[in-house]
Amino acid sequence: MWTELVQTPLFGIGLTLVVYLLAQTLYRRVNSVWANPVLVAIIAIILLLKGTGVEYRDYARGGDMILFLLGPSVVALAVPLYQRREEIWKRKRLILAGIFAGSLASVISACGLAWLLGGSREVILSLAPKSVTTPIAISIVDKIGGIAPLTAALVVLTGCLGAVCGPEFCRRIGVTSPVSMGLAIGTSAHGIGTARMLEVNRLAGAAAGLAIGLNGLMTTFLLPILMALSGF
Amino acid sequence: MVRGLTYLLLFQLCGEIISAFLDLPIPGNVMGMGLLLIGLMAGWVDVKWLEDAVEVLLSNMALFFVPAGVGVMVYSDLIAAAWLPIAVATIISTFVVMAVTGVLAQKLENREQGNVD
Repeated sequence: MWTELVQTPLFGIGLTLVVYLLAQTLYRRVNSVWANPVLVAIIAIILLLKGTGVEYRDYARGGDMILFLLGPSVVALAVPLYQRREEIWKRKRLILAGIFAGSLASVISACGLAWLLGGSREVILSLAPKSVTTPIAISIVDKIGGIAPLTAALVVLTGCLGAVCGPEFCRRIGVTSPVSMGLAIGTSAHGIGTARMLEVNRLAGAAAGLAIGLNGLMTTFLLPILMALSGF
Repeated sequence: MVRGLTYLLLFQLCGEIISAFLDLPIPGNVMGMGLLLIGLMAGWVDVKWLEDAVEVLLSNMALFFVPAGVGVMVYSDLIAAAWLPIAVATIISTFVVMAVTGVLAQKLENREQGNVD
């Protein structure tokens, strides 16, 4: 009976929701950024699945249904963008400049560090779009010859790290306005960072949502140019 | 709620179709965000129709990433095989990007505000 139950979507959905709610409760009790509910829920579910020997495939039957809601959520980011359009439009130059610089810095720092530490060509290329939202990152990596599943995993890890440490890190380096913080975290930590920003402030969330799309576009076009220039 | 969700999914669908037909490097949902923004600006869509669905989705967006994160477990061998360059590059680069984008944007923002005042 258990194996049959585990194979219904009810298992993946139920497990995700229960663990996430518990993680949220923990986050409210413990005053630490590391108790971030997304991070805690991911680690707890992985440990539970590994511990009980349940296949990821079975979890994904329900997990994928929750994941599906990401699609309309990204579309929904148009609404805060629309509602704050005047504040955004007024800052169009600094938005474009900030995202462009971040896109360049992301590829150069990630690939440069991996190269210095002796990463293989495939690992270096898989790291290049780590700050880009998953679907764009995968299409980039397919074109330049990295390992797509590795990129998918790195994108999620980058997003978690940015969402957990981003707001505090930004404050410490003097990045405090909602637009600048939203841009910094959206450019670095794409959707997961944007979700975090939406919890802070809708204007920051709108800026982060804009950064997801623009950083994806800029990286798509910058990467082939950078590869040609560096002869990599 | 139902009307809002329907509009969001229809815009996503339009985004997917355009992305696939024109063979663009932009995913359908990001394309859908752009199309919806155009629809709102042009007055084809009233923001009131969307508000409740958007509120539910955006205030719970973090939850939708949990299954994506659990998917990392499938590729743990790939990460373990080159963990040092991967860990160092990912961690440092994440902070570098936040610093570069954030500081540049904040400096420009402060300067523009200074000009206005």
